[in-house]
Amino acid sequence: MGNGVKKFMYVNRRAPYGTIYALEGLEVVLIGAAFDQEVCMVFVDDGVFQLKKGQDTAESNMKNFSPTYRALGDYDVNKLYVEKESLEQRGMSEDDLLELTYEDEDDDYKEKPSIRIVNREELADLMEQQDVILNY
Amino acid sequence: MKFGILVNEGPYQHQASDTAFNFTKAALDKGHEIIRVFFYHDGVNNGTRLTTPPQDDRNLVNQWSELAKEHELDLVVCVAAAQRRGIVDEDEAKRHGKSADNIAEGFHISGLGQLIEMGIKADRVMAFGD
Repeated sequence: MGNGVKKFMYVNRRAPYGTIYALEGLEVVLIGAAFDQEVCMVFVDDGVFQLKKGQDTAESNMKNFSPTYRALGDYDVNKLYVEKESLEQRGMSEDDLLELTYEDEDDDYKEKPSIRIVNREELADLMEQQDVILNY
Repeated sequence: MKFGILVNEGPYQHQASDTAFNFTKAALDKGHEIIRVFFYHDGVNNGTRLTTPPQDDRNLVNQWSELAKEHELDLVVCVAAAQRRGIVDEDEAKRHGKSADNIAEGFHISGLGQLIEMGIKADRVMAFGD
C-alpha cells in the first residue's frame, strides 16, 4: 500500500457515557483528521446514542462532549454511517439524531448532511472495503 | 508482515494485555515485524513500573519491558489517556508539577498521531480489547 491513502473506519459501539470509550474514540478521530486519510465513522449498537440530540449531562457530573460531533465536518470527517437496525431496536429514528452537516468543497461548498443511515448488510460491505478498522 | 499492535485494556483486569503480549511475542518468533505497540484507554496501565502483582503471578509490565529490550520494540503510551490515569514520565511529571514519575522501562509517552501513523505504516493493525 506504500504511501497511498488508506481507508480508516472508526466504529462506535457504546453509549456516550458510562465508559470512556466514546470520548476517547472521538479524540482519535479528531487527531487522525490531520493525516489526510480516507475516514468514516460508524455508529452501531448503543453507539447510536452518541449522536442523540439534546444530551444533558448536568446532573451526572459528566462532560457533555456531544457538541464536538458538530466540529467533525470542519475536520473533513463527513461520512457518519448509522446502522438502521440499531436505531430501530432502540425505538429511535434519524429525527432523534444531531443534525450534522459539512460543506462539500466539490459542490460549491453546499451544506450537506454527514449522517447516512445504512442497513446491516450495507455496513458489512463498507467494512469489507476498509484498510484499518478501529472500534470503541 | 508488518504488524501494529493496539492494546485497549489494562493488565490483570482484562486478558487483552496478555493476549496482545502473546501475539506480539509469537509474531516476532515467526519473523514478523512489530512496528509499534500502542497503548490506549486503560491499556496505558500496562506502562507503570509501580505495578506489583503477587510473586506467583506473571508481571506483565516487566514482560513488556523485557520484550522491548530484546527486540527494540516501540512501546507507546498515549499521552492524553495516560494523563487521565496517572501514568507520567519525567518530563510530564515536571510539566504538571507531580512529585514522581512512574513510566516503566522501554515505554514512552507520545500522542495519538502515533496510532494513526501505525495504521498507515502497518500491513495490519491488531486491536486487543472488548
